[in-house]
Amino acid sequence: MARLTDIARGEPVAGHRPWPRVHVTPQAWRTLANEMAEARATLLGLWGDAGAVHMAVMGEEPRDIIVASLECPDGTFASVGALHPPAIRFERAIRSLFGLEPIGAPDTRPWLDLGFWEVEHPLGARTPAPATRRIYEFLPVEGEGLHQIPVGPVHAGIIEPGHFRFTANGETVARLEERLGYVHKGIESLMAGTTVARAAQLAGRTSGDSTVAYSIAFAHAVEAALDIAPPPRAQYLRALMAELERLANHFGDIGAICNDASFSLMHAHCGILRERVLRAAATAFGHRLMMDRVVPGGVAAELHAEGIAVIRQTLAELRQRFPRLVELYDNTASLMDRTAATGIVSAALARQFGAGGYVGRGSGRNFDARKNLAYAPYDRLDFTVPVLDAGDVNARVWIRIREVEQSFALIEQLVAQLPDGPTAVAVGGGSGSGLGFAEGFRGDVLAWIRLDGGRVARCHLRDPSWLQWPLLEAAIEGNIVADFPLCNKSFNCSYSGHDL
Amino acid sequence: MRRTLLESLTHGPLTEAPPARDDAALAELAASVERAARRRLGRSLAIREVDAGSCNGCELEIHALNNAFYDLERFGLRFVASPRHADVLLVTGPVTRNMREALLRTYNATPDPKWVVAVGACAKDGGIFAGGYAVAGGVGAVVPVDLHIPGCPPTPTQLLQGLIGLLEGGSAA
Repeated sequence: MARLTDIARGEPVAGHRPWPRVHVTPQAWRTLANEMAEARATLLGLWGDAGAVHMAVMGEEPRDIIVASLECPDGTFASVGALHPPAIRFERAIRSLFGLEPIGAPDTRPWLDLGFWEVEHPLGARTPAPATRRIYEFLPVEGEGLHQIPVGPVHAGIIEPGHFRFTANGETVARLEERLGYVHKGIESLMAGTTVARAAQLAGRTSGDSTVAYSIAFAHAVEAALDIAPPPRAQYLRALMAELERLANHFGDIGAICNDASFSLMHAHCGILRERVLRAAATAFGHRLMMDRVVPGGVAAELHAEGIAVIRQTLAELRQRFPRLVELYDNTASLMDRTAATGIVSAALARQFGAGGYVGRGSGRNFDARKNLAYAPYDRLDFTVPVLDAGDVNARVWIRIREVEQSFALIEQLVAQLPDGPTAVAVGGGSGSGLGFAEGFRGDVLAWIRLDGGRVARCHLRDPSWLQWPLLEAAIEGNIVADFPLCNKSFNCSYSGHDL
Repeated sequence: MRRTLLESLTHGPLTEAPPARDDAALAELAASVERAARRRLGRSLAIREVDAGSCNGCELEIHALNNAFYDLERFGLRFVASPRHADVLLVTGPVTRNMREALLRTYNATPDPKWVVAVGACAKDGGIFAGGYAVAGGVGAVVPVDLHIPGCPPTPTQLLQGLIGLLEGGSAA
């Protein structure tokens, strides 16, 4: 089993932690793309920079991670997407944001840039946008009796905006094509040149439902770049917040999926459990969603005096109530009829895309950053990672159910073993670059940062949804249009996290 | 299922007493709800939520308004699926340039009389996202705003206070 550094054979960049970063030749860049295409490596992220592109790749062993950097002196680079489809949307985004050209890319339509900005390539040359908006061509679909259903960006529910173009044959979906970018706020541009503290606030507002996970991933990247470590108590408090966030989101999702199958009883009861968790979080950490509580260097605030008691009391109630809801889900045949065998993601696709979270683990991909990358304090905690093979809506519900149970056990351990001591170390004004991960409820969040004299030179955040949204297009194929909300909710991809 | 349903019958409701109106939010009421319009609508308002660029934090708390603790519908306030059925647009986020046109179209599709409630710190002036190439500004930069509910994100209680204020706005202003 070759290690990626041996394959990439580039010159290592000094001051990049904890995994190596190497400058690669165009030849080595293509070799890495080929490794991924032949399923010996997984694409973790692909992003642009000033005159360069970076690619985070994981080898056959999960801790064998590298960041490969390729200079693009003539503004071009060899397309990875030409060999490995999961890279296609990343390359479209790089092309739209930086103006760097992926040579041989199978799809050169813009991504994130919907034609409403005053500039083109806002993170690159910033040229004025053309006066008339270009028409976006959806992929062609041919055949007798097909019709199209455009949905969004404004949807019928209280959800984020995005556009779905369905081509249906009667009730059956022949093709779904997503068009995203509506909530693009230019987060990476706003981060450039700013302080670490302000960038941390932006990171915590990349996807509100995963604010804790983003803050942890960002903090990991900054701490790696500056070679500092948060105190043990801060690591435990971070994990406590992360597990509360996971619980709140999984409760919300389990209820909402059942609601989209018209089983509102589960929705009502799961809504109560979710609210209990958010209230415990508000008491313990002073904010229902725990925004801005995790900061580079540690945590921003000490746990409230009653925090432990409230969390224990809430956990006791959840432990009593949740099993009954699981039983209700398991024993309602009409509900199972909707979720079982609906929206199947094949194990091959989940592996190819390196899909994280319940999407990957519901389709046999055994990866969880808490376990496989074993960042503190999870290296000292006892938990298992549930994996199922069915790949349907039902499997994604069951992964969430099992993860809720694991989070119960994790919270008990965190509360029992919570160390004393300081909650943060000072973050100096150094330079360096770092890669960080955190396992959010949706999957692994990646953060990469380059610091220059205490300021953010470049920061990239990769939401797990980048590698899940494309699979939703595959999952819905051959299903009926009416099952789309159910499939979509079982994925619950982030729009804001993806759109940045 | 039987046990869960029976228990719901015998246990008291979880729904909590409504919070008092938020005078701070009311102070931001740019134009009070006209008495005539309120008479026509009574105490029933149909709300259409529009995410114009938010991080989704506000949406989570707006969702919570429907849970058993807050039970928004007891006030005659309910969420509807189309702007054509709505009296109130509840708009979150800094308005991104990519959502500007969609927000305007949603506003134009909402029949008069209508009110716009801007929710969250970003909806006020773009908040932390203001100033970039991708953000048009606060909600007020695109459509006229009647009430702003502050917070990042506002808690369900703050949202309730603001919405109850909107219902009673005419007499309070």
